[in-house]
Amino acid sequence: MSVYAQPGKDGSVVSFKPRYEHFIGGAWGPPVKGRYFEDVTPVTGQPFTEVGRGTAEDVEAALDAAWAAAPSWNASTPTQRAIMLNRIADRMEENLELIAVAETWDNGKPVRETLNADIPLAIDHFRYFAGAIRAQEGHLSQLDEDTVAYHFHEPLGVVGQIIPWNFPILMAVWKLAPALAAGNCVVLKPAEQTPASILVLMELIQDLIPDGVVNIVNGFGVECGKPLASNRRIRKIAFTGETTTGRLIMQYASENIIPVTLELGGKSPNIFFEDVARERDGFYDKALEGFAFFALNSGEVCTCPSRALVQESIYDSFLADGIERVKQIKAGNPLDTDTMIGAQASTDQLEKILSYLDIGRKEGAKVLVGGQRAELEGDLSGGYYVQPTVFEGTNDMRIFQEEIFGPVLSVAKFASYEDAIGIANDTLYGLGAGVWSRDGNTAYRAGRAIQSGRVWVNQYHSYPAHSAFGGYKSSGIGRENHLMMLDHYQQTKNMLVSYTETPQGFF
Amino acid sequence: MAEQAARGATGAPGRTEPGTNGGTGVGPAGIDVALEAAPAVPGETASRVGFTAAAVDLVRELWREHGPLMFHQSGGCCDGSAPMCFPAGEFRTGDADVLLGTAHLTTAAGGDLGPVEFWISAEQFEAWRRTRLVIDAVPGRGSGFSLETPTGHRFLTRSELCTVAP
Repeated sequence: MSVYAQPGKDGSVVSFKPRYEHFIGGAWGPPVKGRYFEDVTPVTGQPFTEVGRGTAEDVEAALDAAWAAAPSWNASTPTQRAIMLNRIADRMEENLELIAVAETWDNGKPVRETLNADIPLAIDHFRYFAGAIRAQEGHLSQLDEDTVAYHFHEPLGVVGQIIPWNFPILMAVWKLAPALAAGNCVVLKPAEQTPASILVLMELIQDLIPDGVVNIVNGFGVECGKPLASNRRIRKIAFTGETTTGRLIMQYASENIIPVTLELGGKSPNIFFEDVARERDGFYDKALEGFAFFALNSGEVCTCPSRALVQESIYDSFLADGIERVKQIKAGNPLDTDTMIGAQASTDQLEKILSYLDIGRKEGAKVLVGGQRAELEGDLSGGYYVQPTVFEGTNDMRIFQEEIFGPVLSVAKFASYEDAIGIANDTLYGLGAGVWSRDGNTAYRAGRAIQSGRVWVNQYHSYPAHSAFGGYKSSGIGRENHLMMLDHYQQTKNMLVSYTETPQGFF
Repeated sequence: MAEQAARGATGAPGRTEPGTNGGTGVGPAGIDVALEAAPAVPGETASRVGFTAAAVDLVRELWREHGPLMFHQSGGCCDGSAPMCFPAGEFRTGDADVLLGTAHLTTAAGGDLGPVEFWISAEQFEAWRRTRLVIDAVPGRGSGFSLETPTGHRFLTRSELCTVAP
């Protein structure tokens, strides 16, 4: 066990500056209107730095810088891009603890997650797309003896990216790495709840990136996100967030006729078939971990397995064992490497989760464990903590239908395979799902029958770069991760060439 | 200069004893409602959307700055479940949406301001139809493109069960 010192105190591996400006054109500069907003750490509820409060003027400056860099970066070779991405990855690896603690301080998640998941995954993402772009090839087709259709991958130019607060660095990297690999310049707006950690990262890597290729403008959604999303000078917009803003961004994109990728959340089912409990072995233990995975990142994951569906024949015993596992979740100081669940990212999030604990009870769901705000001691008492909570209820309840984005699990039982699939698919969303069975045929059929973009089988919450991630139904449009992601940041140039000297004969 | 931080104590909802709600809400009225939206769902006569006094104050503040307003109830991840407030007409509604109600906004002195429509997507309405919504305002940062974000307060949807089957 070790406990990292709080940033700003003696012995901390990271120090935040008292103020961060925008990063535009390779340089740090103040917002045009000179305004800043405070960034609060959810660990203690106290502000720890302030960040530029960007407006349309800053977005325009960032777009000027990005377009100034575009002629050169758009034409860069895959080798140049891959070298840059690999260097960024190396620099991050050398500074893993610093970045991880910064991320924990900004977001509230346990440092064991940032050290072992968020930041290592981000590093690997850069390396993956460094490799992917080197290996990518265009196509050619010989249409007849003297006619050839060439298909070239070309960058879009300059793209906009709006980042969520649940994985501030990893979600930024999911968008940045493929965009840069494909040769685009980027204007990126972090979430206003977690604007600082990505600026710490940017300070570390800025010397590796040509001026104007990556530009970061902070600010509030309505003042800064909207001028970016609705801007006529972006060639694509990527957004992770909720459905109303997702629709609004599509609406703006329709006005500019540009593509969007949207990741808008889920209400992921996690199905435990009866054969899981056939033996009390390592597999059973793994399945119980799968049950408890709703608490990862304090439940603030779009794919949070927030609906556990357990087969009737094992329901009581499996649920009892699952609850025991949940009770083992160690809550506490996010900077303690033993802490398993940290703070919710903001007071807004805390309020929302509490409102769902309220409506869950009102609708008649039974609280099996947790169910309240967690009160921590000392300077953590001002932070935003919630007890891991398990509700028992039915799939028509609000807590089964809406993404709570907190450590809240809703459990229901099912009778048969058909019943399980019916309940699993009775949702507006289709982002993630889990299937647990020792029977490969059952697991395969269930995995194919569930309407979601990602189905984990006998595991959960793994995010390798080489697996496509994205939603069915109202969970969004497009995919992230995997080399197919390059398609979302490229356009196709078809060059149709005739190598004959003979006229076609029409005129 | 730094804007006022949204931090520390979370806002307590305006809870009162059950039954003290003077509005026309169908819910069991666990929350004080200062403004009820007129029902708009075809065939329904009870209000599905109420606003607490804190929410009404915030809506008035935004109206003064931005003019006529609308709401669209969000769903999904991150700031999902938040009621998003936009300039009227900014968010394009259509056949995929349900108008839950229209609140008539006045100034604190009773002067006429105008209607505020409250929308939700039709598919989300189906999942939420057993509950009515009370829009509150609490300290917070907010997100999305909702207008209140820079104010240091944000709208929060609280829910009550409908006592009359809708």
